[in-house]
Amino acid sequence: MAFVIEVALLVVVLGLIWRYLGAYLVAVYEGHLHFLDWIERPVLRLLGIQRDAEQSWKRYLRSLLVFSVVSLVITYLLLALQGHLPLNPEHLPGVTPALAFNTAVSFVTNTNWQNYSGGVTMSYLSQMVALAVQNFVSASVGVAVAIAVIRGFARKRSGTLGNFWIDTLRGIIYVLLPVSIVMTLVFVWQGAPQTLLGPAHIHNVLNGVHQTILRGPVASQEVIKQLGTNGGGFFNANSAHPFENPTGFTNFLQIVLLLSVPVALTYTFGKMVGNVREGVAVLMAMIILFAGTFAFSLAAEKGGNPAIRAAGITSTRGNMVGKESRFGVDNSVLFNIASTQTSTGSVNSSADSYTPIGGMGMLAGMMYDEISPGGIGSGMYTMLIFAVLTVFIGGLMVGRTPEYVKKKIQRTEIIWASVGVLVMPITVLVFTAITVAIPAGRAAILNHGPHGFSEILYAFTSMGNNNGSAFAGLSSNTAYFNIVGAIVMLIGRFGIIIPVLALAGSLAAKEEVPVSAGTFLTATPMFTGLLVGVILLVGALNFFPAVALGPIAEAVLHGRFF
Amino acid sequence: MTARTEMKPSRAKGVAGSKSLFDRQILQAAIRGSFTKLDPRIQVKNPVMFVVYLGTMVTFVASIIHSSLFSWLVTVVLAFTVLFANFAEAMAEGRGKAQADTLRKTRTETEARKLLADGTTETRIRASDLQTGDLVVCEAGDVIPSDGEIVEGVASVDESAITGESAPVIREAGGDRSSVTGGTMVLSDRIVVKITATPGNSFLDRMISLVEGADRKKTPNEIALSILLVALTVIFVPVVVSLEYFAHFAHTGVAIVTLVALLVCLIPTTIGALLSAIGIAGMDRMVQKNVLAMSGRAVEAAGDVSTLLLDKTGTITFGNRMASRFVGVGGTTADELARAARLSSLADETPEGRSIVVLAKNEYGIRDTDSGTDFEFVPFSATTRMSGVNFKGSQIRKGAAEAIKRWVIEQGGDVPTEVDEITRDIANAGSTPLVVAQDQRVLGVIELKDVVKPGIKERFAELRKMGIRTVMITGDNPLTAAAIASEAGVDDYLAEATPERKLELIKEEQEGGKLVAMTGDGTNDAPALAQADVGVAMNSGTVAAKEAGNMVDLDSSPTKLIEIVEVGKQLLITRGALTTFSIANDLAKYFAIIPALFIAAYPQLKILNIMHLHSPITAILSAVIFNAIIIIILIPLALKGVKFRPAAASEIIRRNVFIYGVGGVIIPFIGIKIIDIILTVTRLY
Amino acid sequence: MLTQIRRAIILSVLFAVFLGIAYPLVEVGLANAIFPTQARGSITPYGSTEIGQHWTGTRWFHGRPDVDNDEATGGTNLGPRSKVLLNNTKTLVAFWHAQGVNPTQELVTTSGSEVDPDISQRSALVQIPMITRSTGIAPAKLRKLIVANTSGPQYGIFGDRIVNVLALNRGLAALEGK
Repeated sequence: MAFVIEVALLVVVLGLIWRYLGAYLVAVYEGHLHFLDWIERPVLRLLGIQRDAEQSWKRYLRSLLVFSVVSLVITYLLLALQGHLPLNPEHLPGVTPALAFNTAVSFVTNTNWQNYSGGVTMSYLSQMVALAVQNFVSASVGVAVAIAVIRGFARKRSGTLGNFWIDTLRGIIYVLLPVSIVMTLVFVWQGAPQTLLGPAHIHNVLNGVHQTILRGPVASQEVIKQLGTNGGGFFNANSAHPFENPTGFTNFLQIVLLLSVPVALTYTFGKMVGNVREGVAVLMAMIILFAGTFAFSLAAEKGGNPAIRAAGITSTRGNMVGKESRFGVDNSVLFNIASTQTSTGSVNSSADSYTPIGGMGMLAGMMYDEISPGGIGSGMYTMLIFAVLTVFIGGLMVGRTPEYVKKKIQRTEIIWASVGVLVMPITVLVFTAITVAIPAGRAAILNHGPHGFSEILYAFTSMGNNNGSAFAGLSSNTAYFNIVGAIVMLIGRFGIIIPVLALAGSLAAKEEVPVSAGTFLTATPMFTGLLVGVILLVGALNFFPAVALGPIAEAVLHGRFF
Repeated sequence: MTARTEMKPSRAKGVAGSKSLFDRQILQAAIRGSFTKLDPRIQVKNPVMFVVYLGTMVTFVASIIHSSLFSWLVTVVLAFTVLFANFAEAMAEGRGKAQADTLRKTRTETEARKLLADGTTETRIRASDLQTGDLVVCEAGDVIPSDGEIVEGVASVDESAITGESAPVIREAGGDRSSVTGGTMVLSDRIVVKITATPGNSFLDRMISLVEGADRKKTPNEIALSILLVALTVIFVPVVVSLEYFAHFAHTGVAIVTLVALLVCLIPTTIGALLSAIGIAGMDRMVQKNVLAMSGRAVEAAGDVSTLLLDKTGTITFGNRMASRFVGVGGTTADELARAARLSSLADETPEGRSIVVLAKNEYGIRDTDSGTDFEFVPFSATTRMSGVNFKGSQIRKGAAEAIKRWVIEQGGDVPTEVDEITRDIANAGSTPLVVAQDQRVLGVIELKDVVKPGIKERFAELRKMGIRTVMITGDNPLTAAAIASEAGVDDYLAEATPERKLELIKEEQEGGKLVAMTGDGTNDAPALAQADVGVAMNSGTVAAKEAGNMVDLDSSPTKLIEIVEVGKQLLITRGALTTFSIANDLAKYFAIIPALFIAAYPQLKILNIMHLHSPITAILSAVIFNAIIIIILIPLALKGVKFRPAAASEIIRRNVFIYGVGGVIIPFIGIKIIDIILTVTRLY
Repeated sequence: MLTQIRRAIILSVLFAVFLGIAYPLVEVGLANAIFPTQARGSITPYGSTEIGQHWTGTRWFHGRPDVDNDEATGGTNLGPRSKVLLNNTKTLVAFWHAQGVNPTQELVTTSGSEVDPDISQRSALVQIPMITRSTGIAPAKLRKLIVANTSGPQYGIFGDRIVNVLALNRGLAALEGK
């Protein structure tokens, strides 16, 4: 019962966030707000940028790529050299080159795949300056791209999409930083540490236990980790760890945080293209996919764990393996679905230990290309690619050449949309195939049989979608996984950003087509339905064989253990 | 303005000769074409089918190496898939080719009587040697050798070779009816024609190449769709190739033949096979409507049109004014007036005159009771500006108010003041007053109305539902125009239209992102025709108009625009519907093939075999056979087009999504199951 | 291009300073001022109330059977068809049965963090026979102790109904001391 109330509350809170954060984002990126001019002006002056400077899609993209490469290099150097840098109370050595490369790529691409165990590999400086900074930056870049793409739909006969530097800066100072400052204190209040004191050493006289309790500036990283749909935890256990996610309330807040910007962007989209209902139609598609996946996973987890049953324990609670007592099954599943469907990946329960179908729910969210509601910014722009494809196929059926939010969808748009849709599945499938075929890949598997296959499939799906969650049984801190993983994450990020900005550039230059009774109206349930259909079909067609050999095979193997 | 103004649906005729969909000759040619198109240079132009083509070769080689009934069957079915696609295209082309052949016969063997520089001497040369600017003479019985303008004379011309319409039309020097088309025949009189077409580039030549589809280019939307299909093909290559490795990991293997079968089932072969047939058939449907579209792009644009500019006369109203009311004055009853008006019009063969007789009969029941011999008809003359009858010593006259008034006063009669009031009221309502007088007495006024065609209002309502705005173009004054516009139910009108204002209007509409369609026939329409997104030139119009437009209406029917829009929409809908159907089909094919592939590794995966197919082999065969057969089944739909009923977009999409989307998911489940049963029952497996 | 690189470097440095250093440090200051206990990890002389400990033997209430590893947190990651998981669970079930306890699921399954500080109320209640046998405390008293240490759902809405094992065992120690 409490859970039903919690879900209802979540819907209400997210509804308010959708409406007001959505409108706030419009104001931020349209330059209507000035209360932080005292930060913005000097920074822009330092960068040598006019306040109203605009960039073509190519310049926007070039700035983004240059900025990302520079971020990558800086992050890499900080990690590799942490042994010689301050704020390293445990005197941890520099991160090995392959791991440093993988981690730098992982954080710059907003993936936050972690081939390391946070608390024992990274110095405070690395956590704060290298990783937490990228939590802000990669998130803001994601939103900037989404906004640029929305501008492509909203503008007409325009050669520009905005300014990358200004958008990225505004996203941080107006949105990400203020929310983080406030929410950090809420998290601390609930029990998340925020300290530079180093580990605490405990000796409990009752049971004679000696404990080394790792701690650090956890809360400040925790908030941006969720808000920026990053997912890289301070600790290896991520949001299952009681310091990262101490209570049921923080669990709720984290779900709210990670869904907030992706959800609000649909309002921003609708508002900027001049019809909020366009945003609602897209949001509804996200909700349907989210709710479906959640119901699917929850039902499976409620069904319990076959190994536990085989060991003679029957329980009505569902599968508690790898789940925290304070969350129980309901809140674990809700959190993990929200986290995987926003490409955050900061699970609060062990994904590996989910039932096959429960785990497939998380996998499915990623396989539909992370759009329900998807990562910060990336969910929106990837969803718009699907919207373009949906309109192209469905729109023809009204007897007009297709158009979406008043823009004709023609050859150029279809080329870029196709590339945007193809990149992820091809990357995931090809690298999964290579990995299961070579010893370096097979050696990393913890579990055997179809579950082992799922571990690899999950890993590449997660990296290819910049999600970062893992069937953590995979021992992926190897040269092979570090390098190949980094490549997959780079393709998963920029393989979509590049075509989607090209798409936006082409749209921005177009004339608007007036809406008439002959137009395929996209602010309708019919469009939402078609959009969901296209997403499901494309996802299913790409991944059905793989899923059949992984989770489905595992699920149907009654009485067999590997 | 136009030869025929009555509103009628276009009939299939003449060039667009009605051949049934599966004409025997066309079928034979198409079957031949299915094989000649196996040339890889042709195949490579259709990437989706090219993958099937290559796949067939792979399974062929695999069948030779590891021969099995299964692998040979798959090879044969895949080969048929390619042949069926070729057949679909060949069928679509076949009809055009047949029509082109007929036209070609007209063109050959024509001789021209070229007029030499002195203007009198004739020399006979081959029509194909005629140059632009040459003067040729044509007399009764001559076939006009090439396109040109009449510079001298007037003649009746049989244009049935081009339009299929047997009634002759009048062509004369000067004005908008001066152009003649090569291949048509002079029936009477003598004309001198100045040739306007360069050799091999006459209207007939272009028409042949158009209906034949010789230089058919993919339209923009077709190109975009092809790109999407290529993407949907490309994606399945890694899906299928990676499957081999996944299967290996699960300690099972997948035969190459099976992988190819899966790949072919997944790529959008249905739409890939039918796409070009749909495009060709769309052009062909235009030809059926006696419209020659100069490019596929124009047909596509027709579907997108959001504003129709329609000429009032002929399209919205009948070309002529008709009597609609009798108003008696000075004590004369309407009945008396009707009787007199009828008498004065009995011999009046103008449409107005006939309409008076008809109105008198229909409204007042006045029939041929008092016809006799002592009638003396007075025809209309430009000097008196009236007509009438002298009957039993009495004179009845009808005509314009001023003329009749003058006549009555000349006769010594009086004109009541109410006549002026009545005529003014009638004029204000957009009609024309016709005053009738008998001797010194004015009897009353006949209202001649521009009569809106029956059914046109409903037609416009349909267009409005489809989101298309209609704009009436008329030379009338704004008052008259407004009255007719409201009666006809058009959305807007342009009164006192000149070609310049028409052009301006088109540009304004286009400025707002709208696509505009119009018809025109005069030389001064040419700029507007060129500017419009869909410019339909009347075949009866000038060469300049035909050059400027991107379609030519052989019927010269003003209502043709509406049909053109419908054909355009139908083409796009057919493309979208079959694409949706093709993609939706994949779900069932997965459920057939995936369990079949992995059942050896994980027998429990049989729960995915929701169709309960007999065995892995029948499952795979059923899927590929379905995949091939569905192409053949859908050929008639591709050629005829999806049924189109004018309706709002929301309604159309709901219906099509249900039929082709939901249907596309369900039908293959049924189809594959049926094929599986047949394979099992016949013990093929 | 050079302008872009220069901009990228300047912006990265600014972000590093303000987001990487200033932001967390300011938060450390604020947090320690407002919530000093939580900011330092809710440390008590017996350990952090937030972090689970390994309770062995029959004298104490057990928590989740998490691996006793302070630093590398995270679940066992064993899949539901893992033989290892099956065998581990069987071993744990056998242990509990030996103590005369009919274990709940939480008592035989590891958590997601491996430092889960809580168990469900029922998981505590089923341990009463074992505790009574080794400490002699009456079951009713133990039941009362458990109920007193039960909390949740938080604010009536969030999360499950739980017992903090450290708090419970401190209560148990207090009972014994009396």
